[in-house]
Amino acid sequence: MAVSLEPRDQDLLEGARGEGVALAMRVVVRVADAMGAEALLDISGAHIDSCLYHGPSGVDFVERLAVDGATVAVPSTLNVSSLDLAEPGRFRGSAEFEADARRLMDGYVALGCAPTWTCAPYQLDRRPAFGEHVAWAESNAIVFANSVLGARTHRYGDFIDICAALTGRAPAAGLHLDEARRGSVVYELGDLRPELIDSDALAPVLGYFLGADCGVEIPVIVGLPEGQPEYRLKALGASAASSGGVGMFHAVGSTPEAQTLDIALHDRPPTRTVTVTAQMLRAANDRLAPPPGQQLGAVCLGTPHYSVAEFERLHSLLDGRRVDASVALYVNTSRAVWHEVQLRGWADDLIEAGVRIVQDTCTYITPVMDPFDGLALTDSAKWAHYAPGNVDVEAALAPIEDCVESAVAGAVVRRTAAWWEDPR
Amino acid sequence: MSELAAERVVVAGEADGPVVVLEEPLSFWGGFDSSTGQVIDVHHPQHGVNLTGAVVVMASGRGSSSASSVIAESARAGTSPGALIVRNSDEILSTGAIVADELYGRPLPIVEVDEATFAACVRAIRISIYVDGQIRIDR
Repeated sequence: MAVSLEPRDQDLLEGARGEGVALAMRVVVRVADAMGAEALLDISGAHIDSCLYHGPSGVDFVERLAVDGATVAVPSTLNVSSLDLAEPGRFRGSAEFEADARRLMDGYVALGCAPTWTCAPYQLDRRPAFGEHVAWAESNAIVFANSVLGARTHRYGDFIDICAALTGRAPAAGLHLDEARRGSVVYELGDLRPELIDSDALAPVLGYFLGADCGVEIPVIVGLPEGQPEYRLKALGASAASSGGVGMFHAVGSTPEAQTLDIALHDRPPTRTVTVTAQMLRAANDRLAPPPGQQLGAVCLGTPHYSVAEFERLHSLLDGRRVDASVALYVNTSRAVWHEVQLRGWADDLIEAGVRIVQDTCTYITPVMDPFDGLALTDSAKWAHYAPGNVDVEAALAPIEDCVESAVAGAVVRRTAAWWEDPR
Repeated sequence: MSELAAERVVVAGEADGPVVVLEEPLSFWGGFDSSTGQVIDVHHPQHGVNLTGAVVVMASGRGSSSASSVIAESARAGTSPGALIVRNSDEILSTGAIVADELYGRPLPIVEVDEATFAACVRAIRISIYVDGQIRIDR
């Protein structure tokens, strides 16, 4: 059964807005068919991941779309790129790669996308409202939009993001529809140490466990203190989308479609209920935690891009101390957030402390770090998961407190190891 | 030899190749090198296995949005799997396969199968896939 199209969709297919938009519409229709969608729907915005360079096919695609001057039909933001345009000298890849990556970025700006270069578009001034349909790519942004904002986007990948942006249309399927947003696997937090429940360390590890455990179902978390701050929900979603294909989660008492467990479950029984124990979390943490006795080379924060609240926390944890000379501490963020951090007066202190700010990109997707010996410590399960394959480093997850203390000490400090033990 | 049918053809195409079973979901981005065709996710049980030309059997895709780009890039470079057989289709994978077809006329077939067919595919050594979703298991 093929997707049914409106006359305005047919017009685009037939070239009413040119060959580029016709190609975009063709891709939207084919993806809609692959999803089993019966119709298309209007979107109010898009977030484009296709601007990260993976090879010549990306440039081939954007230049085909731009062949006759097409521009986006809805406001569209751009995800991280392969380059830090604020400090281009940091890039350690080949000149050819750099030129191709730049050509890809320019291609998306020419299509009318805003050069935001961030994987956390939900930290920009304008973000989608509850119930708004958007087409977002970038797995952590998708989870955040659906779970924390209550906006609606399916798990879009590269190409379909820009095709939806150019046409203003997306498949009426998947997470756009009520049915797919129903939570179905319940995760009850069992007996965990109170210091773990209260800490920022729980979210990335819990997310990493959930992502691997829940398959294609939507997890509902019961037992987190109500009103979890956004940065914890962000870490939870980002790690769940790294270890699994999670596009949405519910945290009862914290996310907008989960005021109660019944609301999150759409008043139906769950497919299964899992009691999350200290042992399960310890196993997830052990997959990413530092092996003992390793030399420390770098500390990498800001995956996804650091928010103003996270900079405030870092500023406070550093408390005027300097990063040890033997360690490089990187923080990835967007231009918009860094500008705000400058206005708040923390930027000078952070730079003075030795913090290195990476904008427009991320230390785990492109070679921008100075070479170092030893381990890279991170508070991001996503970074710990992907960095070894992408940038050939040995990575290890640790809570932010340990990351900062290690950076200051110049060696791996693990004051929080006991948090993962059974409470009794 | 046995003939089975896909539950759903996600991206139509033909392929014939040796079977590689991915025991855990793989994110093609960060987990697969489009220049060599190898699995590079160090946490994945099939780390180091080459997928070029193989009929890849996996329960579902996982993770990053950039997997679409990696699929299309591997089709361009000639390192892509021959086909994907999945329990649950993943739009991130299918988008990459569709764009590979639009740009280079090289569709990467993706078919969704039921549990029994999936189990048969997991045990297979070589599989052919046809445009209409027929799956032929040689052994």
